[in-house]
Amino acid sequence: MPAIITPNKTDQERKRRLEDHDGGSGRRPPTDKRTGGGGDGDNWNDRSHGRRGPYERLHRYRMGIFFALASDLMFFVAIVSTFFVNQSASHLNVYNHFVDTWVPTVIPPILWLNTVVLLISSGTIEMARRTMFHETDVMDEWLGLGKPITRRALPWLSATIVLGFLFLAGQWIAWRQLASQHVFFRTNQSSHFFYLITGVHAVHLFIGIAALIAAFTGLYVSRQLENRQILVDSTAWYWHAMGLLWLFLFTLLAFFQ
Amino acid sequence: MPLACKTRPANNSALLLAPWFLPADASSHGPALDHQLLLNLWIALSLLALAHLILLAGLVARRRAEATNLWRIEYLPLIALATLFTTLTIKAERLWAATRYTGASLTALQIEVTGVQFAWYFRYPGPDAAFGITRPQLVAPGEGNPLGLDPTDPNSADDQVTSELVIPANREVDLRLNAQDVIHGLSIPELRLKQNAVPGQTIHIHFTPTTPGTYAILCTQLCGLGHYRMNATLRILPPDQFTAWLASKQKAATP
Amino acid sequence: MTSIRSKNFFKTYIATTDHRTIGIQYLVLALISVAIGTLLSLLMRIHLVWPTWPLSHPILPEDYLAIVTIHGTIMLFFVLTTAPQAGFGNLILPAQIGARSMAFPVLNASSFWLTATALLILLSSTFVPGGAAISGWTAYPPLSAVPGAGPGQGLGMDLWLVSIALFAIATTASSINTLTTIIRNRCHGMTWERLPLTVWGWFTAAILSLIAFSVVLAAILLLLCDRHAGTSFFVPNGDLVSGVIHHGGDGSPLLWLHLFWFFGHPEVYIAILPGLGLTSMLLANFSHRKVFAYRTMITTTLLIGFLGILLWGHHMFVAGLNPFVSSAFSISTTAIALPASAKVLSWLATIWRSKPQYTTAMLFSLGFVSLFVTGGLTGPILAQPILDEYLHNTFFVVAHFHLIMAMAGVFALYAATYYWFPLITATTKHPGRLMSEPLGHLHFWLTLIGAYAVFLPMHLTGLAGEPRHYAQLTGIPGPGGSLSPTGLLLAQTIPLNLHITYAAIFLATAQLLFLFNLFRSLRKGQFATSNPWRATTLEWHPAMNPFPPIPASDIPVITVHRAPCHYESTANGDTSLPQWTSDPVSQISIEDTTNAKPE
Ligand code: HEA
Ligand code: HEA
Ligand code: CUA
Ligand SMILES: [Cu+2]
Repeated sequence: MPAIITPNKTDQERKRRLEDHDGGSGRRPPTDKRTGGGGDGDNWNDRSHGRRGPYERLHRYRMGIFFALASDLMFFVAIVSTFFVNQSASHLNVYNHFVDTWVPTVIPPILWLNTVVLLISSGTIEMARRTMFHETDVMDEWLGLGKPITRRALPWLSATIVLGFLFLAGQWIAWRQLASQHVFFRTNQSSHFFYLITGVHAVHLFIGIAALIAAFTGLYVSRQLENRQILVDSTAWYWHAMGLLWLFLFTLLAFFQ
Repeated sequence: MPLACKTRPANNSALLLAPWFLPADASSHGPALDHQLLLNLWIALSLLALAHLILLAGLVARRRAEATNLWRIEYLPLIALATLFTTLTIKAERLWAATRYTGASLTALQIEVTGVQFAWYFRYPGPDAAFGITRPQLVAPGEGNPLGLDPTDPNSADDQVTSELVIPANREVDLRLNAQDVIHGLSIPELRLKQNAVPGQTIHIHFTPTTPGTYAILCTQLCGLGHYRMNATLRILPPDQFTAWLASKQKAATP
Repeated sequence: MTSIRSKNFFKTYIATTDHRTIGIQYLVLALISVAIGTLLSLLMRIHLVWPTWPLSHPILPEDYLAIVTIHGTIMLFFVLTTAPQAGFGNLILPAQIGARSMAFPVLNASSFWLTATALLILLSSTFVPGGAAISGWTAYPPLSAVPGAGPGQGLGMDLWLVSIALFAIATTASSINTLTTIIRNRCHGMTWERLPLTVWGWFTAAILSLIAFSVVLAAILLLLCDRHAGTSFFVPNGDLVSGVIHHGGDGSPLLWLHLFWFFGHPEVYIAILPGLGLTSMLLANFSHRKVFAYRTMITTTLLIGFLGILLWGHHMFVAGLNPFVSSAFSISTTAIALPASAKVLSWLATIWRSKPQYTTAMLFSLGFVSLFVTGGLTGPILAQPILDEYLHNTFFVVAHFHLIMAMAGVFALYAATYYWFPLITATTKHPGRLMSEPLGHLHFWLTLIGAYAVFLPMHLTGLAGEPRHYAQLTGIPGPGGSLSPTGLLLAQTIPLNLHITYAAIFLATAQLLFLFNLFRSLRKGQFATSNPWRATTLEWHPAMNPFPPIPASDIPVITVHRAPCHYESTANGDTSLPQWTSDPVSQISIEDTTNAKPE
């Protein structure tokens, strides 16, 4: 076979240079708010690819997360529209009587508690996220004076993980409670939706907790401050979005059945 | 009567074109639809020719400096095309509104059509003008009850279920479409009629047949392996023959 | 040759995160898929007119439907969604915007392997008991929701659904990558208005993917629940399938149609948008002209994308929609004809009196224009509910979408292959190769003739009433057999269908020429210069293709100075002004207004 594919050794070298934003002119302090690379004249200083601003990578990941969340939103829009269609559905039985089989599922009260837990966890992760960009600490780390950022962010992050698990445990209890009232996934149309929506949301939270744990390990393991910032920042946005989504879904389940 | 000449009523041009083009027309809304279709096809054809002409002319002609007049080249033709498409759409909407926006008249002949994997069944309400109850539990095609008619319901006693659709010419017909299992598509090309039958839903369409003859009824929504053979026959009869046919059916049913 | 197959082979070609290699992986996947899809289409055509062939093991109706389903699925998803968007998108897009790599290389590689898995699952569904899914690429329930509804609705259907779900996830991930790359990785000076129209095509298609694919993912999840978890989102109460009565809630089959077509319609535009962009660029490039009305082209690309989300109901005019809703969808559908027409007008104006250079890539782009017009003009006809009432699910529709999607889309792919071949074949050791032009010309003419010969007559059989998804046109065993009115109606179309089948065999055979050219040119093709087409876009920048090899430390700063497709006429012919060259000889009116606004 002819060599149709470029050996990409050189490319990898390029990439490393790109990621390190080390252009030979020394590393830039990671609090520099200017970013680059976006065309449109925002490439401050006409620098080449290897020498872009420190937030370049962070913003790229953040944007990726936002696009992923936008598409996830459509996923839930589809499910919620199915909810409304099914809710308003009915049929005429053989005697031409109007039958509406929708039996609203009464939500277990523990969901209120879970909601509060999730909201608090949004607050804690936001604290963790903010500490990642705390200017003096960032400068300290950059100058090699220990890892103050990790030290400050870890408690908040751990709290979020605990709260996340608490929320999931709460959801589990809610399912158990419904099951003990003999409301299962299969029971009726409304219960399909209750389990489906809370279930799909729980799956999303599992992914979120996995990301939190990754961020947690990252805080210990990673030496690159930027990597840690990206991990926590992306996870935080994802987590916020899941919290917001839950608010909508919870409102739907609690008040619009 | 040989079947072939029944399918293709004495219309010479239709006979000539039959394998290549629209089948003959046998409903009152058909001619307007055909007219709209032909108009559209001609317009599409001329736009097609025009576009290719411009393309080829532009390719063969000598090189010249590039055109720049945005208005003349882009926006004016666009406005013309917009007007054209708008006119066509409005015409089409009016035809659509005429056939679909309103229901059938109260004197229309009521017939229920049910699609089942893989057959069409037609039900006439009988002299009492009311359809009897059907239940899925009672469906038994082998025992002559493919629709699951409930014998305990007085309305169902005189219902006639047939596997061919027989209707009188020049009287409006109101079809109520059902499907027992999956989505089917009722299609009668000669009547320019197509409507899916959706399970769990009753859909009404109405039309007035004009030309007596024998026509094809097809299923045009993929419904499983027998989709291609899910067809039936439509017979449009002169009114007196239709009455006779209906009476004979009823006589055969009542012992 | 042996040096390539070193121990690093696995790392270099399989487990790679290099976007160019991933692009080639996608193209290889698409090429395998298209070979399968074409063979299946020939099987279909042959079976339709010679139903007893092959005599020893006839194709059963369920086999035919499985073939249609896999043909449509493979062609639409694994060829026309992957090859232009992910294949050429990876290969060319970063270079065209002056980026060194895609935004998320690892995600990129995972998308590819997920896509490959999806393809394998789809193909494996033909071997399971009960056979592959037979519900068409639209998989309407309750047929697809009840495993007992017939052959192919069991495990085969599950595998089909899982395959499409994985494909949806992969495409979403790949679109996130594309969008982020376009937004964040452009080089200096690459403003939005200077982005090549190909990039705009990829951009719009990626937005559509992001919106559409997650909806179909949700729909598939719900359908799988219906099939296995006792729900009834899409199955109505009292539905009686194969003797089993369904007692669930009041599901609605139409809900699936809405969800599916909300995805399905954008999906067909995803397939064509990169082609629209590429055609604009190639026509301008080979006629040495600016793209006529560049801004309008950008706007219409976005408009087509936007309107494309709003008109899914035109697939449901006779599916049980409220007639008023049909009217509304009819209007939004007709509206999309205008941006499409604007594109056609702009193409015509670009090449008007330009004496273009007839390379194979140019010919395929011209063919794209022709096919897009021919296939597109039947769109507004289908968009009129009253006419769709006659034409729906006939071969008229099949003709429409094969001309505009299959054939136009394929022409765009061919144009891309002939045009970018040097970039595919370049290595550090030698520059890229060109495909053979004489063979390319022959291939173009045979394919153009074949495409029209196959798909124009389909309009006529459609008008005569031939429905889609019919496993047999003669000897129908319905009431009355082939002597029934239906039998006669269908039998009438046989002569024309015979012709279509011959033409299809001709068309498919002509593609062997392409394969021959492709594989021959990989080894023996003429070497190209670094910018053989005198193109103006960045992928032809000497540092963007890997020849002559540049040490990583010497990568120049790439700066974009103007919109693509600028040419300057001088006394001795015209010169191209690539986007990257800084100083045009005479500063012709290059708009530099958007540049270098300080933040
Ligand atoms: C991209 C889409 C695509 C393509 C290329 C084709 C190609 C062909 N199709 Fe297909 N077809 C569909 C999409 C496509 N089709 C869809 C979506 C359906 C509906 C399915 C359903 O109802 O569920 C369908 C259904 C369909 C039917 C209807 C069956 C029925 O309803 O009973 C028929 C019948 O004749 C048919 C025929 C053909 C033929 C003869 C070809 C061939 O002639 C084409 C010849 C082959 C080529 C010209 C080669 C193509 C080359 C490339 C793609 C280039 C690749 C290059 C690189 C990767 C670099 N097709
Ligand atoms: C790439 C794919 C693609 C594209 C671009 C289009 C484009 C269009 N499509 Fe098509 N369509 C499909 C793929 C595509 N379609 C598929 C796959 C199906 C079948 C799905 C299935 O059932 O399996 C389908 C089915 C389909 C239907 C449903 C038919 C039915 O099932 O009954 C309708 C109805 O409105 C429709 C309409 C349109 C319209 C209005 C456009 C418009 O966008 C077209 C716009 C283009 C033009 C209008 C041409 C412009 C040129 C001119 C106007 C020339 C004038 C210029 C001069 C004279 C100088 N399409
Ligand atoms: Cu019934 Cu197709
Ligand atoms: Cu569409």
